[in-house]
Amino acid sequence: MSTKFARAAEQRHDFALIANWIQPKSKVLDLGCGDGALLGYLRDKLEIKAYGVENDDTNLLDCISNGISVIQMDLEAGLAGFDSLSFDYVILSQTLQAMVNTEGVLREMLRVGKQGIITFPNFGYWRHRIQLMAGHMPVSDRLPHQWYNTPNLHLCTIDDFESLCDKMGIRITDRIIINEGNTVNFMPNLLGSLAIYRFEQAWPITY
Amino acid sequence: MQDSPSVGLVAPQTAHFKDPLTLKSGEILPQFDIVYETYGTLNSSKSNAVLICHALSGNHHAAGKHADTDKHPGWWDNLIGPGKPLDTNRFFVIALNNLGGCHGSTGPASINPATGKPWGSKFPMLTVEDWVASQAGLADHLGIEQLAAVVGGSLGGMQALQWTLAYPDRVRHALVIASAPNLTAQNLAFNEVARQAIMTDPEFYDGDYYEKETVPRRGLRIARMLGHITYLSDDAMGAKFGRKLRDGNFKYNFDVEFEMESYLRYQGDKFATAFDANSYLRMTKALDYFDPAFTYHGDLSLALAKAKAKFLVVSFTSDWRFSPARSKEIVKALLDNELSVSYAEVTAAHGHDAFLMPDAHYHQILRAYINNISTGASA
Repeated sequence: MSTKFARAAEQRHDFALIANWIQPKSKVLDLGCGDGALLGYLRDKLEIKAYGVENDDTNLLDCISNGISVIQMDLEAGLAGFDSLSFDYVILSQTLQAMVNTEGVLREMLRVGKQGIITFPNFGYWRHRIQLMAGHMPVSDRLPHQWYNTPNLHLCTIDDFESLCDKMGIRITDRIIINEGNTVNFMPNLLGSLAIYRFEQAWPITY
Repeated sequence: MQDSPSVGLVAPQTAHFKDPLTLKSGEILPQFDIVYETYGTLNSSKSNAVLICHALSGNHHAAGKHADTDKHPGWWDNLIGPGKPLDTNRFFVIALNNLGGCHGSTGPASINPATGKPWGSKFPMLTVEDWVASQAGLADHLGIEQLAAVVGGSLGGMQALQWTLAYPDRVRHALVIASAPNLTAQNLAFNEVARQAIMTDPEFYDGDYYEKETVPRRGLRIARMLGHITYLSDDAMGAKFGRKLRDGNFKYNFDVEFEMESYLRYQGDKFATAFDANSYLRMTKALDYFDPAFTYHGDLSLALAKAKAKFLVVSFTSDWRFSPARSKEIVKALLDNELSVSYAEVTAAHGHDAFLMPDAHYHQILRAYINNISTGASA
């Protein structure tokens, strides 16, 4: 099982980067966890207490086959089954752009978790911009769907996301922008295709 | 019907327990028998045993047939067998008839050793806790210290949950299906109507109908009809029966006119000849009493703090008797205790009865979870 998750991590450069931000033996919730590969990778590497949330039947079944603890629920309805600050980290990996209630899920992430970790495709990536200038909706490795069948509803650029965090009182503690596995430091909003953030509530909130 | 692998012919066995069992009510059962069946082979380390807990009207005959001529196999045959989700090539599966039942284990129709007559009204009230204690006795009898898993649906799921609380070190996995941490007021109400139907039957004789050689059949029949309505969803009933008329036209009398009536009467009649009314009364009371959070001021998370097992919780979207929301209460309490838990909410039209159906996705989930259950002992 462990080699399987390690293999998945080879295909997903963001796995190792996320792992760098997570304390060993901490408690991690992955929202929209897919087949559980990220959680399995983190569990094997860092001995974390891992839980996933998934609403898709096929993904849920894959998680259970992979021995990942997974709760079937609709993220859009919030995280009612989870106590406030009951997790060290809440991860939302390449799911934000498909959410209806973008602000709601960010708020719930920081209610349930002490820190949030999020990854999303950067709509401002230059290849996307070129396609738009040529008069078409962007299609790329990161955005593989056509406009008419995409699950994505709320695409954003790195700058857009940071503005939203600012508005919501979310403090970004770490940011890594990558393209084809390499970190992008120069003009990330133009040259980066995937954004990875770690963030927390900027001011204490009592629940 | 397709040919599915089966455990084949099985025979029930009886375990005698000579030591008295002190029940939660304080009453004492001086001695008792438990009838059970087993499928598969117990391994040398006795670490591959899985206990099946039955629901309200179930029994020990969960898989296989007693004779080739049997019309139907055991009640959970679609789950249990070689190559089935609960694979008897890997696991040693135990199914029993709970105390108070009417299929061979000591119950109200058994002889009370103090009087030499059937227990009848004198048979004590049983609780889920008592059942689990007696099931642990059965495990001892079979030389099994730790169960690989306890599996149950509905009232059986309550027993699986109770196992993890009463014997946290004796169960590695609990599969709690279509169940709840206690009954809702509406569920209590259904049970009370069912009991009133039985207890107001003139042939009930306060529970001592055995010596009168009568059976409160009418009451039991109505109780079962009521139960059946609640086990199905409105959609499932609509799809199966709708407003279909047996003869195509109204007859303007009280004979069976609608197919729905025909089905209910058939189910009621079948049950009334096969089940004991005193057993039914006690099974419904055991359901009513189950509430592990009761002694923790309603705090289920606190109540489940003792559990150590890993859990699979499954609910069905159309189950309004044990709704998904009730399963989520269990899941939340398990999460609060940082226990390993997976929760599946299966889209199914069959209502509460869905847990007995061979729905493909539901069975895939059970299979995937059970495949990861080790047959080796754990510390």
